[in-house]
Amino acid sequence: MEGFLELFGEYDVVGAFWVNIQLTFWAGIWSLVLGTVLAIMRISPIASLRWFGTAYVNIFRNTPLTIIMVFGALALWSQLQVSLSSDFNLNFFRLAILSLSVYHAAFVCEAIRSGVNTVPLGQAEAARSIGLSFLPAAWLIILPQAFRGAIAPLGNVLIALAKNTTVAATASVAEASGLMKTMIEFRPDLMTQIFLTFALGFVLIVIPIGLLTTWASKKLAVAR
Amino acid sequence: MRKTRYAAAAMAAAAALTLSACGGDSGSESADSAGGETIRVGIKFDQPGLGFDEGGSYSGFDVDVAKYVAGELGFSEDQIEWIETPSAQRENMLENDQVDMIFATYSITDTRKEKVGFAGPYFVAGQDLLVRSDNDDIKGPEDLNGKNLCSVTGSTSAQKIKDTLASEVNLMEQPSYAECVTAMQGGSIDAVTTDDIILAGLASTEANKGQFKVVGNTFSEEQYGVGIQKGSDKCEDINAAIQKMIDDGAWEEAIKANTEGADYTFNASLNPPTPADCA
Repeated sequence: MEGFLELFGEYDVVGAFWVNIQLTFWAGIWSLVLGTVLAIMRISPIASLRWFGTAYVNIFRNTPLTIIMVFGALALWSQLQVSLSSDFNLNFFRLAILSLSVYHAAFVCEAIRSGVNTVPLGQAEAARSIGLSFLPAAWLIILPQAFRGAIAPLGNVLIALAKNTTVAATASVAEASGLMKTMIEFRPDLMTQIFLTFALGFVLIVIPIGLLTTWASKKLAVAR
Repeated sequence: MRKTRYAAAAMAAAAALTLSACGGDSGSESADSAGGETIRVGIKFDQPGLGFDEGGSYSGFDVDVAKYVAGELGFSEDQIEWIETPSAQRENMLENDQVDMIFATYSITDTRKEKVGFAGPYFVAGQDLLVRSDNDDIKGPEDLNGKNLCSVTGSTSAQKIKDTLASEVNLMEQPSYAECVTAMQGGSIDAVTTDDIILAGLASTEANKGQFKVVGNTFSEEQYGVGIQKGSDKCEDINAAIQKMIDDGAWEEAIKANTEGADYTFNASLNPPTPADCA
């Protein structure tokens, strides 16, 4: 117990986890936006858009996140001098959000597509029969029902995202896994406490997400 | 019928896996019986010039010292089992008896001494800067105002920059020094910082030769020791071996051979060190 107090006094553990929560929040929003656009592409009647959506999902779903993250830091920033902020550290933070969003959008897209499959075909036929074209039909009829059916898989993606934010250390973001390495470097005498701190920290972040999405998926499910 | 055939195939695959696992074990056992005992030596696999895996064979200063010490302890080179010990796992691997000795740029510190034992030191390194060879502006930490620096996440070197220079420099943290050097090649990073001998090793690899130079103005002191189990009886023998290596010139030769082409000279006022008394 004393060890824990010492660690929390010496290092800003809460601050480091806060960075992970911020990464989860922003990457969650951007990947939801991008993933929704991709899902619309994948169900659209235009073949080239369907092809693009499928290609995106297959490329990014099958590329390790670490590689995308390293690409952001070493290729985009270091070689191509792409900068998302004039502030040195904020730039890396945004590059990490970009990499996380690009990667998880592929999973969000597939989760939403699984939600679309829960919507009966009759809904789409009814929408077309009252004169709605593809986009209004998708936006007003299909997607609202699809999202309600996709909350559980979207929750899974969000949980994976929360844990994957530790990969942002690769892009020079000072988050929890980086702090853990620092703590092990300087306080190997408190190894067990360090391990428990970070294991429990992630449990505390992830369990509420799981509870919330399970509750919401039951509450919002479309009764058929 | 088809189902049972699939099941049989799966069983066969599982059995093959189990058997191949056994194969690995019996391999090392047969090595034991052929040449007596082996010694498990922990090194870095990713640090050129110190401990580097070149596809089955290992090179570097740490490796050379380890071979010499193991030789003095009575183990020939093919009785050494090389094991990768990344920085964050060194204490655990000693405590769990996964290695016998660690030669992995392992600085002797008081908090580490609570968990593990140390023999040596066999080298005294100091934090230094690596810059592009055409860069003449940076001669030491005082020239870093507004510069972009790179070091490894969670390392002592990175922490030292945060503690003493945080307001003046931008620090990029990467998983290993190789990434830092790549970023410096791209031109976005002005200097890479860590212990001088690690930098010299990086600068002397085939791919980097001639591109970078070590500034040679150290601003910390790191005593590289040999990590051993706490209370191990090997400490005195290891110290004697290190002393012998220093006395017969093999020590200096090993440093020169492993930092060739980096224009690097070790800090002669601190090196070669005298191994400390075993506790």
